[in-house]
Amino acid sequence: MLYAILCYNDEAAVGGWSKEHDDKIMADLLAVQKPLVEAGKMGPVARLMPTTAATTLRKTAGEPLVLDGPFAETKEQFLGFYVIDAESLEEVVQVVRDLSEANPGMGSYEIRPVRDFFPGAAKT
Amino acid sequence: MTKDDTAWIGLTLTGARPRTVAALYRYFRNLDLAEEAFQEASLRAIKTWPKKGPPRDPVAWLILVGRNSGIDTVRRTSRFTELPDESRISDTSDAESSIVDRIDESHYRDDILRLMFVCCHRDLPATQQIALALRIVSGLSVKQIARAFLVSEAAMEQRITRAKARIAKSGTNFETPDAVERSERVGAVAAMAYLVFNEGYSTAGEREETRNVLCEEAIRLGRLLLGLFPAEPELMGLLALMLIQHSRHAARFDDDGHIVLLDRQNRTLWDHALIAEGLALIDKAMRHRRPGVFQIQAAIAALHARAIRPEDTDWVGIELLYRTLETIQPSPVITLNRAVAVSKTEGPEAALELIEPLGSALGDYFYFHGLRGGLLKDLGRLDEARTAFDMAIALANTSAEAVHIRAHLDELGSVATS
Repeated sequence: MLYAILCYNDEAAVGGWSKEHDDKIMADLLAVQKPLVEAGKMGPVARLMPTTAATTLRKTAGEPLVLDGPFAETKEQFLGFYVIDAESLEEVVQVVRDLSEANPGMGSYEIRPVRDFFPGAAKT
Repeated sequence: MTKDDTAWIGLTLTGARPRTVAALYRYFRNLDLAEEAFQEASLRAIKTWPKKGPPRDPVAWLILVGRNSGIDTVRRTSRFTELPDESRISDTSDAESSIVDRIDESHYRDDILRLMFVCCHRDLPATQQIALALRIVSGLSVKQIARAFLVSEAAMEQRITRAKARIAKSGTNFETPDAVERSERVGAVAAMAYLVFNEGYSTAGEREETRNVLCEEAIRLGRLLLGLFPAEPELMGLLALMLIQHSRHAARFDDDGHIVLLDRQNRTLWDHALIAEGLALIDKAMRHRRPGVFQIQAAIAALHARAIRPEDTDWVGIELLYRTLETIQPSPVITLNRAVAVSKTEGPEAALELIEPLGSALGDYFYFHGLRGGLLKDLGRLDEARTAFDMAIALANTSAEAVHIRAHLDELGSVATS
């Protein structure tokens, strides 16, 4: 089954990372992903820009409202996601444990089974 | 636990600082006390968090603990201060965070804005505003700030103390600001953040690591500000401008610390993640159709950033944007910048014609003589060019600037002798 791993953290803290710290964390996270990529289990991965770059479109009875900023003001922000193919929730939890060890400190991960998946065609 | 595993605590504290100090400042109405209380709370966090794990809401935790320790300080120094209800203060449990939320959540926007705004006191010269903001809002050490300004630690300490005394003397307004007051504050604070950025940007070649710190702190202030006022297009413009300018930091100087001009920079060294974020912000800002000076400057920076090769630069667009900027905020420096675009679109003669009248206003401005020398050189008026370059060198602010002009003079020399 496909699972989405949604990453939440305080972007004020993440935004304070030095280039060296950022590079190190990214390399460590990549090391966690590598065996999964090789096993053909890794789906798309995205790291999002800060919520200051976000725009929200809210549906209303009439014209939808286009608003600046994220959908909700929260203490932790949605900062990125992984999609992985796993046999069981147990397996996903282990991956998330590895990810959280590679990126210690605050934050949380939400594991959500994927209902429909469309790989899309966008290239970077 | 290894050192690396606790790095996140420092980062969390840095991220939480503006919000926490701002709340403590409203509570204690004293900058020193607020800073000390934050310091104390940070020390406790470093001791407690690795053992107990991070609290659910670090800011609330820090405000509570900071308030607690600040009250102790006040109690020690004065018997006459009325104390708040003790039973509401504790640092051991998360349960109290809801109290802090009730007290502080509704105010945090104005709290942070106030903390930033006191640094922009109109009696303080620009350098003191910058130093104060770096100390109070960003939490850089006096040592770090002193290094960035190339002064001794003692001198910087004194400068900051004096600035704080000035603020304390003139008094801070702790009332919730009305809409007009709030928007004035936002404007002043945005200008201050850009001062911090320029302090770092304009002399980045001299001592790169410490100067980059200023640019990064300014960007952090810009993010903080836009986070507080997410629908303000000028704040999007300010952040975009800083991100795009800073994206070039690795390409702006060569290994010897000499300036590398935009059209000679190795564009693969540009930080494309920063550029992409800047472009996204400009896109957002444009939807508001409320142009302003930061947005226009960001748009100019974006046109440079979008060009994969120097010859791809949209100079016509840049000239147009400078023209718009001139009408909003007429200034000889902007005309000077427009002249650079004109030299690309119409040639050096038209550009020279545009800047000749600026001589009286910009006579002691390094870039004026530098550009004038360059245009004269392009027109083959070598003696005049040499005189202009000599003037520029005499006015150079940094050795990198002087070296850059000297290279021009050297080229002139070889033209004359060949």
